[in-house]
Formats: sequence, structure tokens, C-alpha cells
Amino acid sequence: MAKNDVKVLGAWPSPYVMRPRIALNIKSVNYDFLEETFGSKSELLLQSNPVHKKVPVLIHGDKPICESMIIVEYIDEVWTSGPSILPSDPYDRAIQRFWAAYVDEKFFAAMKGLRSAQGEERKAFLDQVTEGLALLEEAFGKCSKGKAFFGGDRIGLLDIAFGSFLGWLKVTEKVNGVKLLDEAKTPGLVKWAERFCADAAVKSVMPETEKLLEVSKVLAAKMKGAPPPKN
Amino acid sequence: MAEEVVLFGVRGSPFTCRIEIALKLKGVQYKYINEDLDNKSPLLLKYNPVHKKVPVLVHNGKPVLESLVILEYIDETWQGYPILPEDPYERATARFWAKFIDDKCFPAIFKSCWGEEKEREKAVEEVSVVLKILEDELKEKKFFGGENVGLVDIVAVVIGFSLGVYEEAARVELLNKEKLPRLCNWIDEFLSNSFIKESLPPRDKLIASLRNRFRSGNASK
Repeated sequence: MAKNDVKVLGAWPSPYVMRPRIALNIKSVNYDFLEETFGSKSELLLQSNPVHKKVPVLIHGDKPICESMIIVEYIDEVWTSGPSILPSDPYDRAIQRFWAAYVDEKFFAAMKGLRSAQGEERKAFLDQVTEGLALLEEAFGKCSKGKAFFGGDRIGLLDIAFGSFLGWLKVTEKVNGVKLLDEAKTPGLVKWAERFCADAAVKSVMPETEKLLEVSKVLAAKMKGAPPPKN
Repeated sequence: MAEEVVLFGVRGSPFTCRIEIALKLKGVQYKYINEDLDNKSPLLLKYNPVHKKVPVLVHNGKPVLESLVILEYIDETWQGYPILPEDPYERATARFWAKFIDDKCFPAIFKSCWGEEKEREKAVEEVSVVLKILEDELKEKKFFGGENVGLVDIVAVVIGFSLGVYEEAARVELLNKEKLPRLCNWIDEFLSNSFIKESLPPRDKLIASLRNRFRSGNASK
């Protein structure tokens, strides 16, 4: 059996690792998924991403590409015969990139904070997450223009950037006993989330919430015993 | 067909500066509006309600936000000088280093000069590590972009210009000329480029204003 020219180094629970996998699925590109063992870093990872030593890494031929959203854009630019992940208009591209950066910089930090915060801090993070979701609900309205996804009829860059967090969002809801995506407050996002998770490019790589919950418990236990990991 | 390009920025901010460099490289005529961060204009708040930050590029009434996003927008909208390379792998590489500079280099540089006392020593060490990584990446190239200034060079104004200014204003030494000869050469080439020179704010004025803002007890960034 021929080895695949395309490999993704990653870990199944990571939302960042999901992103290039969704992109490759959209383009119908076959790839080998090389799973890193939790708690250790393989030689291949250290060689391919010496600067950050993090997943995901896309290895195309012998070339490593790092940073999840940079990988997604690379995939879009290389495999041009498949559906486009970014829109063609520069302004629309800028909007998608802006919100993808927002998800990574502000929204993720707030979600992570909410999961591990105690007492008073929790309320502050919860407010941040709620505010973030309200902004994303509004962005969804503007970007989708009445269609199914942020990218229009098909999944695009921002769907991938934000949608990859849905598994962990559900975990956060369960662990904290809160409803974050809400039919009353974020109706657009609720329906979008269902469509995203059901999409053929996403289904096979979106982890089950129960399995993520298990991982979440392991991580929480580790954090109690050890200093929090540096990001 | 009248085209309107407006840049909201802060004189002295490397994030604003990088946009001016890019617009000048492309030969784009634009209007510059200087913002006072302690007294943000209603227009800025209207165009960037989410972050309320500069730079903001407004092209024919439509705002583009976040400096890296703006740089890609500029490259895609105006032909002429290529800011990003054509090859997808080289583009991914350029984006990687641009992100590295923003995520790792600039925060360490800033903290080492203007951060809280207890953070500064650690930040100085961090700067030494990240600058060495860039030194190694530069290899024998004249610019990070090769023969000509590219995305990474533009983003690296924080090293080409701001670093030296912060060093002088804060009286901190960050650039070890013996350990970082290639980077020092790059800084010389960077500062000699005419489009870049035109985009840099007056050095002495900036040093004075930085000392005033950060050393007199005002902690805001």
C-alpha cells in the first residue's frame, strides 16, 4: 500500500488538529494521521516543528507546515481543484481572517479560563464567553447572509476556526452546568453548530463529547498535581 | 473612479508603521488619521467596536482590522509590489514567521523594557532566545523575504526599528551584536530601505514620548 504524501501530526482531542483534517477532507485529500502520545513528543514532531514543538503539523512530501490556520490556508492554496475554503473577494477574506483571529485570541482564552476558574473568576470568564458568543452570533448573520455557514453554502475558513471548538464548548457546558449556545440568545449559532457537526468533512474528525469529557477530567487532575502547562 | 483609503493609527506604534510601509510599497495614496489612545475618536470606535484598537484601514468606507489581516488585504487588493511570495509553501513560511514575531518576539521585547520590574529579567532572557531563532532563520539572506522586503520584514519593524528605540528609551540592552551579526546586518538593510525610512516616526520624539508614557507611572499600553 503506497504511503500517503500528506501526513498530519496531531492528537484527536485537539481542536487545532481538527482544523487541517477538516480542510483536507473538504479537498478530498488522503492523508496519514500520525497520533502523538499524550505526555510526550515524537522525534518527528520535534524535527518538524522545532520552534514551537506543537501539533498540528502538516507534512506535505518532506515539507512541514505549522500553525493550524496557516496550514488551512496552505491547503486551500495547494489543492485548488476542490471547493474553496476562503472566499475570493479580498474584503470577505479579511472578515473571515479577522473573526478567526478573534476566536483564537479572545474567545478561546475566555473558554479555557471558564473551564479552570473558581468562584468569582468564573463569573468574569462566563461573561466574556457570553459576550464573545453574542459577537459571533452577529458575525454569523453578516457572513452567512442567510446561508448555512459562515462561508456561505459550504464550510469555510471561519467555520473551521470556530467549529473546531464545538466539542470543547459542549464539555465546558457540562462541566460548568451552563448553556452557552442557547436557542434564545444565539439561535443562528445553535443551528449552525448542528449543521457543522453533521457535515461530511467534520463528522469523522469531531470527537464525541463523552470522550472529550474523559480527557478533560484527566487534564484537570494533572493540573491539580502539577503547575499549569505553559502555552 | 475615486478610491478612498484611510488609515487610523498611532504614530510610533510598530503595528501602524507596518501598514504605512505596505501602502507605500504598493504606491497607494492614503489619508492618515492619528489617534490618541487615551481619547479614542468616535470614528475609530465605530469602525472597530470589537477591539477599539489601531491600526484600522478603511477602504471605500469598509474597515479592515488587525495588522496581519490588513497586510494580506493590501497585498490582495493592490497589484504591483508583492508583499507575500507566490509559492504556497513560501507563503506559509512567511505567515509562520510573521506570527512568531507577533506572538513571541514583540511581547517579550515590550515586557523587557516596559513590563513590571519582576517580569523584566525573564523577558530579557526570552528576547535573547527569540532573536537567536530569527538570526538562524535569516541565514544568508539580505531580507527575510529574500532579495527584497517582504511580509516578515514589514512585520519585523518591531525589531528593525522599535527594538532600538525601546532599548534607548528604557536604557535596556537587548541586541547583542556579537551573537546576532546577521540580524544586525538585516537591521541596517531594513533602515536603509527608502519606503521604510519614509514610514518611520521621528526617533527622538518617540523616545521622549515612550519615557513619558511608561516611566512616569502610567501603566497603560
